[in-house]
Amino acid sequence: MSEANSKSPFAILDQPTRPDDAGRPGPYPRSPALSPRVNPQGEAVTLTIDGKSVTTAPGTVLIEAARQVGIEIPSYCYYPGLSLQGACRMCVVSIEKMGKLQTACTTIVSNGMVVHTDSDEVKNARKAMLEFLLTNHPLDCPVCDKGGECELQDAVFRYGAAETRFLETKQHEEEKKFSSLVYYDRPRCILCYRCIRVCDEGMDVNAYGIGFRGGLSVIIPNRGEHLECEECGMCIDVCPVGALTSGTYRYKTRPWEMTHVGTICNHCGDGCKTTLAIRNNQILRANNRDHSGFNGEFLCAKGRFGWDFVNSDQRLTAPRIKRNRQLESGSWEEALSTAAARLNEIIAKSGPDSVAVLGSNHTANEENYLLQRFARTILGTNNVDHHRTGDFSSLVGALTAANATDRYATMQDVFEASSILLLGSDPTHEHPLVAYQIRQAVRRHDARLYIVNRAELKLRRQASLYLKVEDEGAAVGALAGTGAASPELGTLRERLSKENDTVVVFGDALRGEQVTGLVRWGLTLPGKSRFVALGDYANSRGAADMGVLPDTLPGYAAVADAAARARFESAWGAEIPAQPGRNARAIFAGIESGEIKALLVFGSNPVRSFGVKPETLRKLEFLFVADLFPTETAEVADVVVPAASFAEKSGTVTNTCGQIQALKRTMRKAGTRSDFEILVALAAQFGANWPYRSSEDVLKEIIAQVRGYAIPLPALLVGGAVVTRPQGNPPPLERADLIFSARDSLFTSGSISRYSWALNSLDEAKKPHGTIF
Amino acid sequence: MLSDALKAKFDKIIARYPLKRSAIVPLLMFAQDEIGYVSDEAIEEIARRVEVRPIEVIEDIGYYSMLHRQPLGKYNIQVCTNVSCLLRGGEEILEHCSKKLGIGHKQTTPDGLFSLEEVECLGACCGAPAMQVNYDFYENLTPQKIDALIEKLRSDGAKKSP
Ligand code: SF4
Ligand code: SF4
Ligand code: SF4
Ligand code: FES
Ligand code: FES
Repeated sequence: MSEANSKSPFAILDQPTRPDDAGRPGPYPRSPALSPRVNPQGEAVTLTIDGKSVTTAPGTVLIEAARQVGIEIPSYCYYPGLSLQGACRMCVVSIEKMGKLQTACTTIVSNGMVVHTDSDEVKNARKAMLEFLLTNHPLDCPVCDKGGECELQDAVFRYGAAETRFLETKQHEEEKKFSSLVYYDRPRCILCYRCIRVCDEGMDVNAYGIGFRGGLSVIIPNRGEHLECEECGMCIDVCPVGALTSGTYRYKTRPWEMTHVGTICNHCGDGCKTTLAIRNNQILRANNRDHSGFNGEFLCAKGRFGWDFVNSDQRLTAPRIKRNRQLESGSWEEALSTAAARLNEIIAKSGPDSVAVLGSNHTANEENYLLQRFARTILGTNNVDHHRTGDFSSLVGALTAANATDRYATMQDVFEASSILLLGSDPTHEHPLVAYQIRQAVRRHDARLYIVNRAELKLRRQASLYLKVEDEGAAVGALAGTGAASPELGTLRERLSKENDTVVVFGDALRGEQVTGLVRWGLTLPGKSRFVALGDYANSRGAADMGVLPDTLPGYAAVADAAARARFESAWGAEIPAQPGRNARAIFAGIESGEIKALLVFGSNPVRSFGVKPETLRKLEFLFVADLFPTETAEVADVVVPAASFAEKSGTVTNTCGQIQALKRTMRKAGTRSDFEILVALAAQFGANWPYRSSEDVLKEIIAQVRGYAIPLPALLVGGAVVTRPQGNPPPLERADLIFSARDSLFTSGSISRYSWALNSLDEAKKPHGTIF
Repeated sequence: MLSDALKAKFDKIIARYPLKRSAIVPLLMFAQDEIGYVSDEAIEEIARRVEVRPIEVIEDIGYYSMLHRQPLGKYNIQVCTNVSCLLRGGEEILEHCSKKLGIGHKQTTPDGLFSLEEVECLGACCGAPAMQVNYDFYENLTPQKIDALIEKLRSDGAKKSP
């Protein structure tokens, strides 16, 4: 491949060398595709487009070169990042000294080229192409979902092809329901093949094909009349016309009637930027409209369709208070004052350490920060923890110890990496964006992927080397030279020693000492190796960073560290107990034994996540729950307050790579309050007068107080993803079973996905976890 | 079930090509010859062998009109109506067949004996009007010749099928 590469700007993009070709899991990747390789290091090429001089990297296609100087060439089959198709002929331009019009999407720039993109000849050709595209097109723009943001409509508006010379009756076909979320309208399809390629090259699902040929050509799904796929909806997103439409959005509104707000997906830990489109205080759609954010156009099924839990009619909208063994609706005032009174009573009777707090993986950093402040300074206990889904603490500790806190890898780093080592996780199901970035790194940058995992995984198709191991921890030990090595691990070590700047991605299979060992060894790899710890949810990382941990203050400062305590004590003007608190498992054991008498749960459902029995929770004298839904935990609570969802509040979240991004309030839900508001009001009930008027005030304090979070606020507020580089001395992991992934699938994310109609409507969601599509 | 002979043939054909998937069309042809059409099982098997996904095999079947996913009649009558045959009465031949068999383009008789197809040039222009029945050619056709042939095929077919 590299040889072909050096000669021509094109390379055949077959799969990378696979020593284990024989046993890789089918189905197999589609045929090799042609993609141009841009060489930014090469000698720049200068050409003229519409009289403007353009200098660009060799290998650039004309359409991109034109874009660089603000000249837009219309295109249908061309889509940045996908292989070239050259099917639609919309992008034709005239190039001097070339006889015929040329397609700008497949022509590579060369020195001295003189290009005209707007001559009469070009315009006429485009108009003629449009006439062809419209031969069978129904022109039902007034009812088409795409109307107003349709690339075909735009081009017809620009070039005008209103009259047609075709007299034949238009071929019509009824729309098809490919799945509950993907519909196909054959007559609108202009056969640009974008959907096929995005599914194949982007998703590695390859669910679409072309049926028949010529004028009868049609997009066909992989299971007869239906799709069986990852249901990411990318195909809908890239479709330039209204041929593929979304089951949640179709025929609901016109695009211009909605307001669009850029925020962050609230499901997994990858932190995709998404644009929520709102009308009448309801979310109608999500896509990454401006392709901002490190995910580009990518969203998985959860991000694109699974936001509808927000609109669910099962949302809690009024506080509920237990009276005579029954939960009954009450006022906010009553709920919070009851909570404060009961907690004060219990603390007075049994001491502050009889109370414990469980935080969330989904709430904002500011809320997590306030939650642990509330526990530590108002309740007076370090008994605060959350469901930890990845070992961020050990990563921070190891990088800090090695003085290497510049080695946190970002989501972009995964995309750009030339070498990736993946251990103990299956990102395809649990981290769809990470999997996408890895696939793109392999496909577009010829990256080598090395996998060490106990289970088969779909990404094996992209791997240069896949090692099936019994135990990833033992494998790490062997790699680092402290355990029994095997010849296979020797090969892996050998291969990695020839790579540069490897990005190491690891899941919950590695914890505590194993992470420390991995980091120590990883840092000895050539170049600037970097690390990502994978944690399940939208703010799993943030919960750890903000110190929702019994032994760790915000920024991974040990509770036992008197200087760190003093720093926060002076910031908060209150004392922090010096004794580390109980971890989640110890909290549940304490409830069982009667030592823990009151529990506050914010945005978490331990009955599900930790398998705590409701009977155990019933032993509590007082259980307070703040949640969106009447979960199993909320059902046994004494006071339940309705919390606002991610779409209804501002704040920040930190993704699994440590990149912080802003949530933007897009709508309101009557009756609910954000955890920020709940905590400030609850603190006030205890007589504390916290100085925060908005979550931004809290963020400013975080920036000032939390090590690694000294980020430029403007970069964040304009929608950027800012890297945090925590450093600290977290105490060693108390017990391994504190860290476990919930093993969510492509269609689940803890308790909230249960309230998503869209996700539950999918046939694929009923398949066993780990099914490869 | 695909026969062992067919599977052996698959292996031989695939080995001929530098890229496995180049063998898709010949494999489909041979599968169709044996089974009478391309069954779902054959699609899966071919996809597996040439390491593509079934949808790519299905695309090829859609593209090539000589490949079928439904069983055809025992005798597939393909009448040419391209230029030379058209000029020499190809359309009438087609119509005659259609009336005689009571079926139209791409249809099969209820007894499963005949199917009819209108096709493009068979490369038999010198004998126009021409048609092909399975792999046999018939040239300089007239309605009388058709009648005789269909009668013969009907009795052959009745004899051979148990
Ligand atoms: S929704 Fe399904 S068919 Fe569409 S791109 Fe995603 S995986 Fe492919
Ligand atoms: S469905 Fe849309 S994306 Fe797919 S080929 Fe048709 S127009 Fe293009
Ligand atoms: S990959 Fe994760 S963050 Fe991105 S859309 Fe899916 S669930 Fe949301
Ligand atoms: S965009 Fe160039 S041919 Fe389609
Ligand atoms: S036109 Fe009929 S065989 Fe050539």
